[in-house]
Amino acid sequence: MRNLWIFINRYNAFFLFIIFFSVGLILTVKNNIYQQSAAVNSSNEVIGNAYEKLNVFKKYINLGRVNDSLAAENARLHSAIFALRNIDSAKNTVVEDTVTNYQYTYLAARVLKNSITLRNNIITINKGALDGIEPGMAVIASNKGVVGFVRDVSPHLATVQSLLHKDTKISVNIKKNQALGSLVWGERNVDFRKAYVKEIPNQYKINLRDTVVTSGYGSFPPGIPVGRVSNTGIATGDNFLTIEIALFNDFSTLQYVNVIKHKYAHEEKALEAKIPNEQ
Amino acid sequence: MNSKLVFINIVRWLLLLFIQVFLLRNLGFYNLATPFVYVLFLLLLPFRTPNLLLYLIAFVTGITLDAFYDTIGVHIAASVTLIYVRILFISVSVNRDGFDEPEPTLGNMGFKWFSLYALLCIFAHHLVLYVLEAFKLTELSYTLMRCLFSGLFTMLTVLLIEFVFYNRKLR
Repeated sequence: MRNLWIFINRYNAFFLFIIFFSVGLILTVKNNIYQQSAAVNSSNEVIGNAYEKLNVFKKYINLGRVNDSLAAENARLHSAIFALRNIDSAKNTVVEDTVTNYQYTYLAARVLKNSITLRNNIITINKGALDGIEPGMAVIASNKGVVGFVRDVSPHLATVQSLLHKDTKISVNIKKNQALGSLVWGERNVDFRKAYVKEIPNQYKINLRDTVVTSGYGSFPPGIPVGRVSNTGIATGDNFLTIEIALFNDFSTLQYVNVIKHKYAHEEKALEAKIPNEQ
Repeated sequence: MNSKLVFINIVRWLLLLFIQVFLLRNLGFYNLATPFVYVLFLLLLPFRTPNLLLYLIAFVTGITLDAFYDTIGVHIAASVTLIYVRILFISVSVNRDGFDEPEPTLGNMGFKWFSLYALLCIFAHHLVLYVLEAFKLTELSYTLMRCLFSGLFTMLTVLLIEFVFYNRKLR
């Protein structure tokens, strides 16, 4: 007891400080209605902050699902734009229902498997026949650039023959002068950021950084940006120009793709099948 | 001697609180800096005052200020904090056995010691004062800024007053 008293006496400044400070604090909180309500608020603020911090983690965990829904939303909006853009006004002079007139719809899909290092790369996506995917449909990247064609479908999955494949050929043209060519990859390069446009007629003048877009022949809708011309002087030995382009999309980070459903694809195919194959 | 000190301190208390309440209460720069010169009274209390008495004086001063400022408790807490800092600072920086000087004025203790002493005490006081006055963590940066500017303002005023009443003790 004596020791305790000595201890308290020795540090009396501190204990007196505690006592008087508490009195001041209690008076502050008690005798002031504004500050009393503020005290409640501030404690709630602390709790609210804690919840917000926790929510960040929750958000991060839910990120995948949010991404899915955003991609779906994007696809819906894209098809709405295409519905508006591709109305064939020449055909239907009186447009009664514009919704039935669109040619292309988009379907968002997530990439399950992808490769870029092989000569023939195949992508697996998480949408299949039950989602209305059929072989031959065009696949584009969710922001910019082309990806390839649907190759095989199972009920829930599909494989996409990537642009980085020896059999993939996509009809493209130079945006400024509509010069037609076909987009291929490989042969001389295995860089997944580059591709070649072959068989451009010789008379066209092509500059560096010209934009290359899809031509609309085949299953791709017209006007989808593919890449920029990065090299024009490639000697091939034939009567056509070959240019090298830098692709807009990055195959190494491909996560979402849009599968394009062409409304008249069957019609087109059936019609073209009537022409005897000349090759 | 002793009664003279008590008398001086009472006069100082009345004078500084009068200035504080009737003049400086209406003074403010951009709602950011207001000087609290009455802390000078607490700073200049004699060395030999017992701790309990120091706290009681601070309490009375604080509650008087609170009555005028309509902030019951805020100035009490701030003044008590100032006294605690004062006791700590004096206990580590001044030889306790024989105080040469009766009170810690600028003239007695020298500019270096006094300015550091005043700075620490004033900032402790202002920190408690402004944090309790705002009583919100959301405005913390604004509160701290007010605390900083007011502290500098108070510091400047305190030093000015000390220089005006500067009487260097001849040794």
